[in-house]
Amino acid sequence: MSAISFRNVDISYGDTKVVEGAGFEVAEGESFALVGESGSGKSTILKAIAGLAPDWTGEISVLGQPCGHRPDQAFAERCQMVFQDPYGSLHPRKTVDATLVEPLVVHGIGNRSARVVDMLAAVGLDRRFRFRFPHQLSGGQRQRVAIARALMLEPKVLLLDEPTSALDVSVQAEILNLLKRLRREQGLTYLMVTHNLPIVGFMCDRMAIMNRGRIVEIAPATALHDGAFSDPYSRELYAASGGNPDLEQTL
Amino acid sequence: MTAPLLEIDNLRVSFPTHTGRVEVVKGLSFTLGRERLGIVGESGSGKSMTGRAILRLVRSPGRQVADRMVFDGIDLQAQSERAMRALRGARISMIMQDPKFSLNPVMTVGAQIAEALRVQERLPHRAVRARVLEMLEAVRIHNPERVARLYPHEVSGGMGQRVMIAMMLIPRPDLLIADEPTSALDVSVQAQVLDLIDELVRENGMGLILISHDLGLVSRYCDRIVVMNAGEVVESCVASELNNATHPYTRGLIAAQPRMEETRDELPVLDRSAWSGT
Repeated sequence: MSAISFRNVDISYGDTKVVEGAGFEVAEGESFALVGESGSGKSTILKAIAGLAPDWTGEISVLGQPCGHRPDQAFAERCQMVFQDPYGSLHPRKTVDATLVEPLVVHGIGNRSARVVDMLAAVGLDRRFRFRFPHQLSGGQRQRVAIARALMLEPKVLLLDEPTSALDVSVQAEILNLLKRLRREQGLTYLMVTHNLPIVGFMCDRMAIMNRGRIVEIAPATALHDGAFSDPYSRELYAASGGNPDLEQTL
Repeated sequence: MTAPLLEIDNLRVSFPTHTGRVEVVKGLSFTLGRERLGIVGESGSGKSMTGRAILRLVRSPGRQVADRMVFDGIDLQAQSERAMRALRGARISMIMQDPKFSLNPVMTVGAQIAEALRVQERLPHRAVRARVLEMLEAVRIHNPERVARLYPHEVSGGMGQRVMIAMMLIPRPDLLIADEPTSALDVSVQAQVLDLIDELVRENGMGLILISHDLGLVSRYCDRIVVMNAGEVVESCVASELNNATHPYTRGLIAAQPRMEETRDELPVLDRSAWSGT
């Protein structure tokens, strides 16, 4: 059974079709990337899975269960999303504790205090951060809270929408390491949107390259080592990202 | 060797907080010829404030002082506000990060570029128009007549950034400060815009200060690199020597970046205790 399955999916916003004929399968425990430029529809795919872009046709299923067209509670237990901007995705008037407890309350799960303490430890946040507000945290700490919130319900699938693009390089390294460790420890499946190819090389097993709402190629992450892309657009993107031996040396 | 274009000695920028003044740039010094200098650092390192301070654009209650700040023989600190205004744009100009917030939404692209020129030079209407179209062509906009009539919301991010570049370069400045000129753009457009800046800077023999958080990018487009951390310069080297950087912060930054041919299982994380007391 695949963790995420897309078959011939079209997604529209009003009259505009933003994704056309998307199809891919993500195996359980795999880390899969969607790469492409802005406007290529990669974030829209995540939104459609999470029920935030309801206007789609085709078949989407997560862990064998077909997805609905709006967010639903049972789905939230299997699959959660982490957003790009940790400055915008946390409620400014809620403490870290309140943010992390909320999903437990909604889903009627007990033993809350212990779960929060364990989760803070798992994402590498000290206990003293538990009763702070988002504005008292740095960007990297906020993204750790956002990841912790997504993991509170112990989902099996995590949708990551550019989880580090708002962060500094050194903080980005910490968050990428954290995501990698969590995936190993908890057997998670990742579907990650990014425009940064080196991050794909570090984090993912395979990637789908998108252009203008279509998936032009699905390639293994090892293609980043030798540039073995078959589609001309993928090759262009690879070259623009500094994917050739000359530029690598200067870095 | 010719006289340097810009000399800065012991530049300090500070802002008041409830616990006293905090210095965000702490004694920065460098000289710049007609070359390309990169300033790299993470957020809060003071790199953007350095760029603004050169144009004396640090807003009150921020305060800037320097022992020496000389641009092409002109002491920038001794100039009146009026004299500074004549320098900004005409001799030193700055490209901002995001075209969406830096272009006037209710003026056509052509009118904005023309305005940038008219403020500096008195030219007949027809000459202004010719210069605008010529400049748009120089930034590789294929149909300048059509684009000049468009409003900022009608152009893409990459094209908007090219319009900004056209605006900044049309008065033919001697020094161009580019503050994260491409971080709002897609990778494929990024390269085009930087190549364009690079080409124009070389052709016109201008000086360039490229401010960015991206080490790889700066090392590709600059001759020299200054690495800043917490308001101080921690490393200053020739771009090609970046791999032999000695400061632990610079080394940490280079190592923390995922590479295209990534085989490491874990990225090394900066150990901040290694070079600072905090």
